Amino acid sequence: MSTSDVVVTGLGATTPLGGDVPTTWDALLAGRSGVSRITDDWIKEYPAQLVARLATEPSEQLDRVRARRLDRSQQVAVVAAEQAWAESGAADSGVAPERIAVVFGTGIGGALTLLGQDDVLEEKGPKRVSPFTIPMLMPNGPAAAVGLSIGAKGGVHAPVSACASGAEAIRWGLDLLRFDRADVVLVGGTEACVHPLPMAGFAAMRAMSTRNDEPERASRPFDKGRDGFVLGEGAAALVLERGDSARARGARIHARLAGAAGTADGYDLVAPHPEGEGAARAITAALRDADLTPADVGHVNAHATSTPVGDTAEAAAIRSSLGDHVLVSATKSQTGHLLGAAGALEAVFTVLALREQVVPATANLDDPDDDANVQALDIVRGEPRRATLTAAVNDSFGFGGHNMALVFTTA
Amino acid sequence: MSSTQEIQSGLAEILEEVAGVTPADATPEKSFTEDLDVDSLSMVEIATAVEDKFGVAIPDDELGNIKTVGDAISYIEKNQG
Repeated sequence: MSTSDVVVTGLGATTPLGGDVPTTWDALLAGRSGVSRITDDWIKEYPAQLVARLATEPSEQLDRVRARRLDRSQQVAVVAAEQAWAESGAADSGVAPERIAVVFGTGIGGALTLLGQDDVLEEKGPKRVSPFTIPMLMPNGPAAAVGLSIGAKGGVHAPVSACASGAEAIRWGLDLLRFDRADVVLVGGTEACVHPLPMAGFAAMRAMSTRNDEPERASRPFDKGRDGFVLGEGAAALVLERGDSARARGARIHARLAGAAGTADGYDLVAPHPEGEGAARAITAALRDADLTPADVGHVNAHATSTPVGDTAEAAAIRSSLGDHVLVSATKSQTGHLLGAAGALEAVFTVLALREQVVPATANLDDPDDDANVQALDIVRGEPRRATLTAAVNDSFGFGGHNMALVFTTA
Repeated sequence: MSSTQEIQSGLAEILEEVAGVTPADATPEKSFTEDLDVDSLSMVEIATAVEDKFGVAIPDDELGNIKTVGDAISYIEKNQG
């Protein structure tokens, strides 16, 4: 076991708000929305027609031949990972490839490839299916592509826990460093599955917002009028390393990853426990792991997807585990829900909130839910709020009853 | 029937599209794997594209014998029409 702290030395993202971290963060603080209405013909019969598409096409950020061998979920993973890797300067630190690891999660994997090649199969037969089909659809594909991109030989892992995948990747990265299985770990999450089938599946679950006429106002976590999430696409990545070696090489440290924990609800396959019991246990365990108390935590970047049951369950979990003093942000109100990338993107936002000492506002929270827990929480709205923060929590939950909590502290 | 020159330029177009090979580099003596960095999965894509462009199917056991751009040109020349 290593006794050193674990720090964040690189950040990367490509999101509905921007093609990199600074653009995304500026757009978030400016209150801009990444949500728009789909205008393709196929959407006409759909009850939910909204999407948060990437602000920058990954094909503009990658070499053409390289891009055509990567599923869109892999393209954005590579884009975000390369940004984080470059920013960290880890490549110039002399770290051996055998001591570099990757943990990159996805909720769905290469759905666009799977579905696109199924069309090829139906129309043209089995001999026309691309030889890249399998590597492009496998859920470990994004992690593998990122590993190749940065030359990681210390292990490449791909946690899959629906919308908690990105956060789970970060927790694995923390463990790898604590157990001294690597010196540098690139962690993150990715998703790109805007396609008629996933849209129909989520719509059939009644999980998506049908506020089609007001795209920018559709994702409204904690608001009385919320009616579901908006599907988003993108990826985010962080470079983690032990603090002693990062400081020794003079790396810029954005924040510390002080603790992490995961629990399972053991309640229902998709519905969250109504009191957020498993979520609260995750937050409490992550705090214990970080050796902090609820009073130390000043900010929570909530999972809050804008579904009626999910947001109240999380409000209950935040209150019971941390209390009412924390400043809560629900950034999916502007980014949409990036599924397997959500935990990683919101971890980036949590790190930036600590570094910049500012809490992003929750858009569209015009009329907070009557639920007593929502009413009691201090959910930042209107404008971002300046605050003195030393520790912040990032929640992520996934279909399957997965609960992840990450605790970051200032550098 | 395509001429040798037409086959070479058609093949060069395929190589550029599938594997990013600069057309001027797609000369007969070049080895796909050694010189042009074309991997085995890309060779499968090239074979499919050759069938579309020239109407010449390359069975798997023949594909393994095609090592150079020149090998591919000869195979297409021999089997077209």
